[in-house]
Amino acid sequence: MSDKKIIPAPLANEGLPPDERGLFCDAAPREYEPARGIMEDFANWARSESLWILGFGTGCGAIELRPLMTSRFDMYRYGIQPRPTPRQSSVFVIGGYASVKTLKRIVRSYEQMMGPKFVVALGSCTINGGMYWDSYNTIKRIDQYIPVDVYITGCMPRPEALLAGFQELKKIIRAGRAEGQNEYARNFEWFKANQKKVIKDWNMPDYNW
Amino acid sequence: MRRQNEHVIPPETRATPDLSSGKYLVMWQGPQHPGITGNMSLRLVADGDTVVDCETHVGYLHRGFEKLMERRLWMQNFPLVCRIAVPEPDFNEYCYAAALEELAGVTVPEKAVWLRTLSLEMIRLASFLMWIGGQAGAFGHGTIAQWSVTMRDYVLDLFEELSGGRIYHMYIIPGGVRGDVPDGFLDHVLETMQVIKKNLDDIELVMFHNAVFKMRAVGLGYIPPDWVDKYGITGPNARSAGVARDLRKDLGYLAYPQLDFKLITGGRSDAFERAELRLAEMYQSIDLIRQIVARMPKDGPFRERLPNPLHWKIPAGETYVAAECTRGEYGFYVVSDGGDKPRRVAVRGPSYTHAVSVMERLVRGVNIADVAGLMVSLHTYPPEIER
Amino acid sequence: MNELAKELAARYGARDWHDRRGDLSSTVVDPIRLHDTLAWLKDSAGYAHLSFATAVDNIERGVFTLTYTVRNHEQGHSLMVHADVDRANPVVDSIHLLWGQGWTYQREMKEWFGIDFPGSPRVDEEFVLEGWEGPPMMRRDFDSLAYSDATYEGRPGRVTHDPATRMQERLYPEAGK
Repeated sequence: MSDKKIIPAPLANEGLPPDERGLFCDAAPREYEPARGIMEDFANWARSESLWILGFGTGCGAIELRPLMTSRFDMYRYGIQPRPTPRQSSVFVIGGYASVKTLKRIVRSYEQMMGPKFVVALGSCTINGGMYWDSYNTIKRIDQYIPVDVYITGCMPRPEALLAGFQELKKIIRAGRAEGQNEYARNFEWFKANQKKVIKDWNMPDYNW
Repeated sequence: MRRQNEHVIPPETRATPDLSSGKYLVMWQGPQHPGITGNMSLRLVADGDTVVDCETHVGYLHRGFEKLMERRLWMQNFPLVCRIAVPEPDFNEYCYAAALEELAGVTVPEKAVWLRTLSLEMIRLASFLMWIGGQAGAFGHGTIAQWSVTMRDYVLDLFEELSGGRIYHMYIIPGGVRGDVPDGFLDHVLETMQVIKKNLDDIELVMFHNAVFKMRAVGLGYIPPDWVDKYGITGPNARSAGVARDLRKDLGYLAYPQLDFKLITGGRSDAFERAELRLAEMYQSIDLIRQIVARMPKDGPFRERLPNPLHWKIPAGETYVAAECTRGEYGFYVVSDGGDKPRRVAVRGPSYTHAVSVMERLVRGVNIADVAGLMVSLHTYPPEIER
Repeated sequence: MNELAKELAARYGARDWHDRRGDLSSTVVDPIRLHDTLAWLKDSAGYAHLSFATAVDNIERGVFTLTYTVRNHEQGHSLMVHADVDRANPVVDSIHLLWGQGWTYQREMKEWFGIDFPGSPRVDEEFVLEGWEGPPMMRRDFDSLAYSDATYEGRPGRVTHDPATRMQERLYPEAGK
C-alpha cells in the first residue's frame, strides 16, 4: 500500500541480438527523490559548485571550450573542469549542431552519466537548427532527444557567454529547478520514441546504463 | 634512431589480424575520448599495448555543406563556407571568394590583396598556436596549452577588431574584403606579434628541450618521403619529409610573391621534426605579418563593386582554387551552370588524406598511449573530411 | 601544355582540352580509359599528386561527371580529368592502387552519389552517414529541405524568408503594393 510508485516495465532492448540482451540493463531510469529541506539545499549548493564537464566535443562549439579551460577565461575558478569519462561528469555541453551519427553517441554518453546531471546546449543550431535548418543530417532541436537545462545562444557563443550560461546553470541548480534528469525519466518513452525515429540503426540497449 | 613503425608491413597490403584468436583487443578511441582531435573515432586492434590495426571512422560532424551550398545563392554561402574548418575559417573564405572572382572575372584591388594575406597569415598563426597546445597536451604537458591558447586568443582579439567576429570572420568576400583597417589596428598587430614572439621563445625552451617530449616524439610516426605523392600528403607533413612544396611559393597567390620568406623543410619526418617545423613556421608567420604591415598600401579601395548579390549570376564554368593552409593544400572546386546558385562546390581538405589513409598506416606498431600524440602531430581536423 | 594534350588525345582519346588558368587545364576522357589515363599521368607525365576526386551530377544529360585533379609539382600545373558515366549504371574502375588516399574519395562518391568502384577497400561501408535509408544525398533530385522537414522536428515559430522578396519588402515597401 505504502509503495505507490509505478515500477516501469522492463525495457525490450530490441536493438540488441537476442543472446546479448541478458548482458545489459533492462530497467528504465527512475526519478530522483530529493532529500528533505536543508539537506537538499546543501546538496544542491555542493552540486552547483563542482560542475564537471564531459570532454566530448560534439560540434564546433567545442572550440570555445579550449579558451575557457585555459588561463585567460579560466573556468576552474568557478569549479568547472573537464573530465574524460561520462561516469565522472555532471554537465554535458552539447557543442552546437548534432548530426544523427553524433546524436547516437550523445544519447549513449548522456545515459551513462551519473545523476545528478545537467545539459548545456550551445549555439543556435541546438535550438532551432540555426544555419543548418535545411540539412538532411543534423537535427533541429536537441530538446526532442535529451532534456536541456540551459541554452546559450549565438554562433559561435563567446567564452563570456559560456561563463554566463554556467552561472545561470548554477542558479538553477541551487534553486532546485534543474529538473532535466527527472524530466528524462518521466518522459522516457517519449524521448526514446523521438530518438528511435531519427536514429535508424538502433543497435544499443534502450537505456545505456 | 628509433622508428616505431619501421617493422610494419608495406602499406599496400592490409593484414587483417585474426580477431577470434583471443590475442587481440579491439578498442575504440573516440568519438568521446580526450585523446582524439575533433569528433572522429579510431577502431584500434591492439596486441598487448601495441596497435596492430586501425580503422578510422568519420562522419560525426557531417552537416552536408556541399548539398546546402547548392540550395543557396552565391553570396548566401559565405556564412556557410567559413564553418567548414573551425580553427581557420579564412582559408575557406579565401578559396571560395577567389574561385568566384575567377569565374565572374572580378579583379581585386591591391589593398584587399594585402589585407587578405594579412588575415590568412594571422589565422595561420592562431591555428598553429592552438595546435601546439594540443601537441604538448597529448604528451601530458598541459602548461603549453595554458600559454598558447591565450596567445591565440590575442590573435582572435585582433580579428574581432578587424572583422567583428572572434571565431568566424567572414572578412574575405568576393571583390575584396568586408571592411577597411580600423584606426590603430596595425599597431595592435605589431604589439601582439611582439608578445607572441616572446611567448614562442618560452614555448621553444620548455617544450622542445623537455626530455619527456623528446623521448616520446622522436621517431614517432615516421613518414617516408615516397609516401608524399603516394598518399597526397601536403603541407608541413610533406615538408618535414624533405619534400619542398609550399603552395604559397608554387602558386604565388595573393601578395606572397612580393614577400620575402624561405621554404622550411626537414628530413627526419617524425613527430618531433614536424613540431619543430611548425614552430619555425610560426616564427615565419610573425615575420610575414610584420612584412605585410610594413609594406601594405595604406589607402585606396578595399573592395570592388559587385552586382546585386541577390541577382548575381556567375557565368558557367569550373575552377579549382587552392591555398596553403596550416595543414597543407586546401582547395575549393566550384562549378557554375550560369545560374544564381552553385552547381557543385567540393572542398579538398588536407585532413582527408592525413587523418584517414595516412593515419591508418602510421598508427600500426605504435604504443596505444602515443596514438593521441601521433594524431595531433599530423595536425588533422575532422570537419574538413566530412564537411 | 599542348604536347600533353596531343599525347593524351593520341594515347587515350582525350578531348575538349581547356586551359582554365595558367596553371590549370581540363580534359575529358571516356570512363573506360580513365584508370589508364590517370596511371599514365602519374607514372610517365609527372602528375604524381592527386589533389582530389569528386563527381558532379549532371542530371540534365543523365550522367555523373567524375573529376580527378592531378598536379605536376615540377611544372606547377594541375590537370582536371573529367569522365562522364551513365547515371543509370555508374560503375568506374577503382584507383586505390594508384594513390593511397584514392579509396577514401571512392567511398565518399559511393555513398554520396551511388557511383560504384568494384574492388575498392571498404567501399560498401558507410562513410559519413549511419543508418541512412534515403537515396544518395548528393544527387540533384534529392531534396534536402523536404527530407529534413519530414524527419526532424522543428521548433515552432521559426520563419524562413526568401532573401530577394524579403529585401524588396524591407527596402521598397511601396513597390509591392
